[in-house]
Amino acid sequence: MDLKELYQDIILDHGKSPRNFGKCKGYSHKGKGHNPLCGDQVEVYLKLNSNQKVEDLTFEGSGCAISIASTSIMTELVKGKSFESAKKIIDEFLNMIKNTKEINSTELNEDQKTKIMSLSGVKQYPMRVKCATLGWHTLISAMDKKKEEVNTEVTD
Amino acid sequence: MNLNNIKNQFPIFSKKINGKSLVYLDSSNSSQKPVNVLNKLDEFYRHEFSNVGRSIHFLAVKATNKYDETRASIKNFINAKSKDEIIFTKNATESINLVASTFGQQYVNEGDEILITELEHHSNYVPWHYLRKLKGAVIKFAPINKDGDIEIDKFQKLITSKTKIIGITHISNVTGTIVPVKEIVEIAHKKNIPVLIDGCQGAPHLKIDVQDIDCDFYVMSAHKIYGPTGVGILYGKKKWLENLPPYIGGGGMINEVKKEKITYASLPTKYEAGTMPTAEVIAFNESIKFMNSIGIENLMNHEKELTNYALEKLKKMNSVKLVGNPKNKAGVISFTIKGIHPHDIATILDEDGVAIRAGQHCCQILHEKLNLSATARASFGVYNTKEDIDILCKAIENCRKVFESK
Repeated sequence: MDLKELYQDIILDHGKSPRNFGKCKGYSHKGKGHNPLCGDQVEVYLKLNSNQKVEDLTFEGSGCAISIASTSIMTELVKGKSFESAKKIIDEFLNMIKNTKEINSTELNEDQKTKIMSLSGVKQYPMRVKCATLGWHTLISAMDKKKEEVNTEVTD
Repeated sequence: MNLNNIKNQFPIFSKKINGKSLVYLDSSNSSQKPVNVLNKLDEFYRHEFSNVGRSIHFLAVKATNKYDETRASIKNFINAKSKDEIIFTKNATESINLVASTFGQQYVNEGDEILITELEHHSNYVPWHYLRKLKGAVIKFAPINKDGDIEIDKFQKLITSKTKIIGITHISNVTGTIVPVKEIVEIAHKKNIPVLIDGCQGAPHLKIDVQDIDCDFYVMSAHKIYGPTGVGILYGKKKWLENLPPYIGGGGMINEVKKEKITYASLPTKYEAGTMPTAEVIAFNESIKFMNSIGIENLMNHEKELTNYALEKLKKMNSVKLVGNPKNKAGVISFTIKGIHPHDIATILDEDGVAIRAGQHCCQILHEKLNLSATARASFGVYNTKEDIDILCKAIENCRKVFESK
């Protein structure tokens, strides 16, 4: 295990200065997530326009560097994508974090793949996988318009 | 007794973590086990195993006697009046559930009040919450001040004619606050209110005398007292345990079973239904022998010295903020580091072989009160040394470096 693989510069950067932080105006979808073991909280706001495109995607909350960075990177990668394509990216990310080292994506370009793969080191720290996936599960819940809060101890 | 060599009695310390010596600072969560406890578990299963309290063959008699020897040791360890006041459970959590459920059945009605504090672990809140739901009771939380001390005058004011029972922790598992339990019991008893003490953090670190404290119930978990998992202890004054209804029903806890009527066994068996964690209870006696061999006074002095040393060093580190500053503090130090989440601290410290806990430590009420989403916690056991504290401080420095690199 190498800490540098987990705490890559890009993760520390996003952890300290998260992108798309706050509540976006006119959001159409909202989701709330919570990790009761560590106290991480996240709220995700998504604005879907009439062409079913993610016009804006932001988040608020508190958490560790991994959880904040992962959610921040997620907003960057999903913003501007179609609803369907956003769902695919989420699946691809969750598959990478649990199963593979590389990301297999039909939706992301090479730069975006590099960015998302900065999170793949988390796989070596099983207790931290939930930190990395909290924001993503919360986005799914927002997109599905689920009413109840995402809870890492209830989701897988 | 030379405490410097005590690590030698704990086989786990010969293990390397990430190539480093283990610095175990998570004893509030659960303590490591000395070799005599491990040997006893193995020996019992290998050479002496039998279920207890049932059969009359050689092994069963021997096992039953050993099982009761642990009960007698615990009686002496906490200075209970009688062996019958010591009940084995699964853990302290189950002990509290037992009291909340049986006491609640008998004495708590709609509108009655249960008084606990903002320091409590979830295990001394959730069982009372069940009672609140079931009976329409009210739970009141005695407030703490910013130092993490219970404000006794405010506590006193929360006691009313409707208060039926008080539940308090002996030592906070977050701030390390040593609660003046004797004083609280005295206040409560003036109004004839029984007191349950959550002694999970108290029993491993303080001299416990339940007759001197005069509490009605005292609960502990063996695994925090250098013992095996799966064993909890409930101490209860006879006058309560004899009169409260049974809790878990099944084999062993009965006297006479008829189709129309069942009578129950006397104490302590009344509360020990089904096959108990026999080997673990028997091995737990070795933990008490271990504690006694060190001497509780020596242990307390050692941990006090360590705590003072750690506080002094950590206070000098500008980036570290300590959580709470109680008047009397045990070896539990929670802290935060500016700009680094406790979970990240724990992962980075782990890389240096330093095991701490991060999160809310089963105390969401307390964290909310202190306006903290999470904290990092270093907690001590008898095996910790000043060198461990030095390594902790170095690891914290390293942690800051990782985060400053960007």
